[in-house]
Amino acid sequence: MTKQRFRSFASALALGASLFATQALAKSDITIAMQLEPPHLDPTSAAAQAIDSVVYTNIFEGLTRFMGDGSVVPGLAESWEISDDGTIYTFKLRDGVTFHDGTTMDAEDVKFSLDRATAEDSANAQKALFAGIETVEVVDPLTVQVTLKEPNGNFLFNLAWGDAVIVAPESIENIKTNPVGTGAFTFADWVQGDSITLNRNPDYWGDQPALETATFKFISDPTAAFAAMMAEDVDVFDNFPAPENLPQFEADPRFQVLVGSTEGETILSTNNKQEPFDDVLVRQALAHAIDRQAIIDGAMFGYGTPIGTHFAPHNPAYVDLTGNSAYDPEKAKALLAEAGYPDGFETTLHLPPPSYARRGGEIIAAQLAEIGIKAEIINVEWAQWLESVFKGKEFGLTIVSHTEPMDIGIYARPEYYFQYDSTDFQALMETLNSTTDPDERTRLLGEAQRLIATDYVNGYLFQLAKLGVAKAGVQGLWENAPTAAIDLTAISWDE
Amino acid sequence: MLRYALKRLLSLILSLAVASVVIFAVIEIAPGDPASFMLGVNAQADTLAALRAELGLDVSKVERYFNWVGGMLVGDFGTSYTYRTPVSQMITDRLWVSLPLALYALTLSTLIAFPAGIYAAARRGKPGDLAVMGATQLGIAVPNFWFAMMLVLIFAINLRWFNAGGFAGWENGFWTGLHSLTLPAIALALPQAAILARVMRSALLDILAEDFMRTARAKGLSRRQALWRHGVRNALIPVLTIIGLQFSFLLAGSIIIEQVFYLPGLGRLVFQAISARDLIVVESVVMLLVFAVIMVNFLVDLAYAAVDPRLRSRT
Repeated sequence: MTKQRFRSFASALALGASLFATQALAKSDITIAMQLEPPHLDPTSAAAQAIDSVVYTNIFEGLTRFMGDGSVVPGLAESWEISDDGTIYTFKLRDGVTFHDGTTMDAEDVKFSLDRATAEDSANAQKALFAGIETVEVVDPLTVQVTLKEPNGNFLFNLAWGDAVIVAPESIENIKTNPVGTGAFTFADWVQGDSITLNRNPDYWGDQPALETATFKFISDPTAAFAAMMAEDVDVFDNFPAPENLPQFEADPRFQVLVGSTEGETILSTNNKQEPFDDVLVRQALAHAIDRQAIIDGAMFGYGTPIGTHFAPHNPAYVDLTGNSAYDPEKAKALLAEAGYPDGFETTLHLPPPSYARRGGEIIAAQLAEIGIKAEIINVEWAQWLESVFKGKEFGLTIVSHTEPMDIGIYARPEYYFQYDSTDFQALMETLNSTTDPDERTRLLGEAQRLIATDYVNGYLFQLAKLGVAKAGVQGLWENAPTAAIDLTAISWDE
Repeated sequence: MLRYALKRLLSLILSLAVASVVIFAVIEIAPGDPASFMLGVNAQADTLAALRAELGLDVSKVERYFNWVGGMLVGDFGTSYTYRTPVSQMITDRLWVSLPLALYALTLSTLIAFPAGIYAAARRGKPGDLAVMGATQLGIAVPNFWFAMMLVLIFAINLRWFNAGGFAGWENGFWTGLHSLTLPAIALALPQAAILARVMRSALLDILAEDFMRTARAKGLSRRQALWRHGVRNALIPVLTIIGLQFSFLLAGSIIIEQVFYLPGLGRLVFQAISARDLIVVESVVMLLVFAVIMVNFLVDLAYAAVDPRLRSRT
């Protein structure tokens, strides 16, 4: 390098450094990394959580919304009244709300959105959330009346999902690539494979957020994720994919580590219709053969809460049933012998890509081998998993984190892939659905948790932790993940 | 010559047709339904059916194959299942990253390999040669993603000269874009350079043993003059062949490097599309790469024939 060139190189460096310094003074932009890129940006027609991470509460809003602590609060509906029999919900909408294209958000848009979700050709991935809706009627521009077929204690909760956001007929056609919502941020740009940029919406009906722009960057490789954070290329990593690196961030004053909980019950899913798992003794043996803490330590580097049933521990209605399936290999062997398999048996263990499954699966296979069960590990991609395990039900065991909030109801669906068919449980869920009294609901939920725990439907492993890494100055990040979301409205810089 | 060209053209078309069948069959045979991937575990049967119809997945595989091929013939690569944007647009966007990256890496690799190879050949058996050979042996043995991680560790995390990854975009200026491609290009170039340097060295050594080199020395050229004027020029033929091969490798084979540096290139597109079962994207990109390779071969065949009349009469 000649002297001249070196000098210009050095001054370029200095210029870069000074730019960086001025930027740090009044920082109103943020770069947030996430592992997966959304396939498109319509939360009402896909299951991909990455879509919700980008758009939920930022671009799109629903009648109700989740807060970071999991509570459901009014969103575009300012208030509501519920008829005494629990079937008619009358929503009062906020006045003066406009979509990003300038059109007014009114009762017609709400009707359009809900009708679209329930329509025959609806592409909504959570159509079941809306199955109970009988009619949606426009009373006046700011009042909507929703009539349910039967009472549903979960209805306001269901409306808070990203799949229930309010969209407009004027902008629906290109929603997947140009989302137009009512939220505090507008869609600015999408460099596919790289990043999505959102800008502050100056016409937002609520409080103006502190951030002016937010860029979501997609970094799927765990090593790259670590490097991007360490090099400070990104400010936040939502759901950091390499738990083994977290101690390093914790020790570094430049960063903060946020460990919270998700709605993901990670379970050793068991094919209840396949021999020998159709025998409750065998399933009980499985449950006692598993050392949960060893799996949490080995696969998740200690992050995760043990569970004894399919329910989130941070939920007030949670019942701790881990003692019901405590680690006891001797008891497991005895149970296997009692069931007629003193020498164990062979089965398959299908593992989807996430590390909780791949790493956890190795440990579980070793633990099962201890009691004589030979589990053949089969690594699968998600698409294959959906095809052969979920749809085809060709599996013995598999490890999956069920990330939908409050999804204990899947145990009432005998055709669901683990095929638990219990009329008692199904009746219990029916009673629950038509119960609106909170105390009674808590009692029923507790009963439901006990029932699936004592039936040992699946091996209940742990509640998936949400592991966030951020620069020390970032405030307002959600610690927990009641739903997939990166709520930009609360984020600010402390500098 | 015309007859020869027509024959080659016919075989090119046949190759493409066979390739399209193989690609389609292999990708479709793997289990996994794009619609259920998109809608997840809570999707209802009617929703899945609606989406399948929307994506055109409800017709038979044979019909889908002909729709796909028919579309490509008129330049329509279809619409991505997941992104819902035209595949041709996606490929063009990604080529703006992958193509410059491949060219950049190839340039670096050539710039490293030529001097190293020539130097080693000129000092055959001496310590300099041994050092180059040792270094290239290492370069071939070490995988490029390991180089990539080391480069990131040193130049991005410790020295902060570069970003750890990502592409700055050409719209922010040529140098900004090039700067963000530098580490990936080096990581890609080093193993290629190692191979190329060895090829350069051995090609040059072969040439140096030729009679005409002795003649060149005999007519009074110094060792150095003979090496540069006659040696290097003749050694270029095998080296250029390798460079050509490396280019198509770099274009198609940078999948891992694009993951490590999270670059929005063609490799990452294929990677994402495979896991999302975005079949039409995978099929179209692979088909495009096959087309590129077959076209290059076709042009090379024609070029050979142009310089070597024996080929024309033989085939």
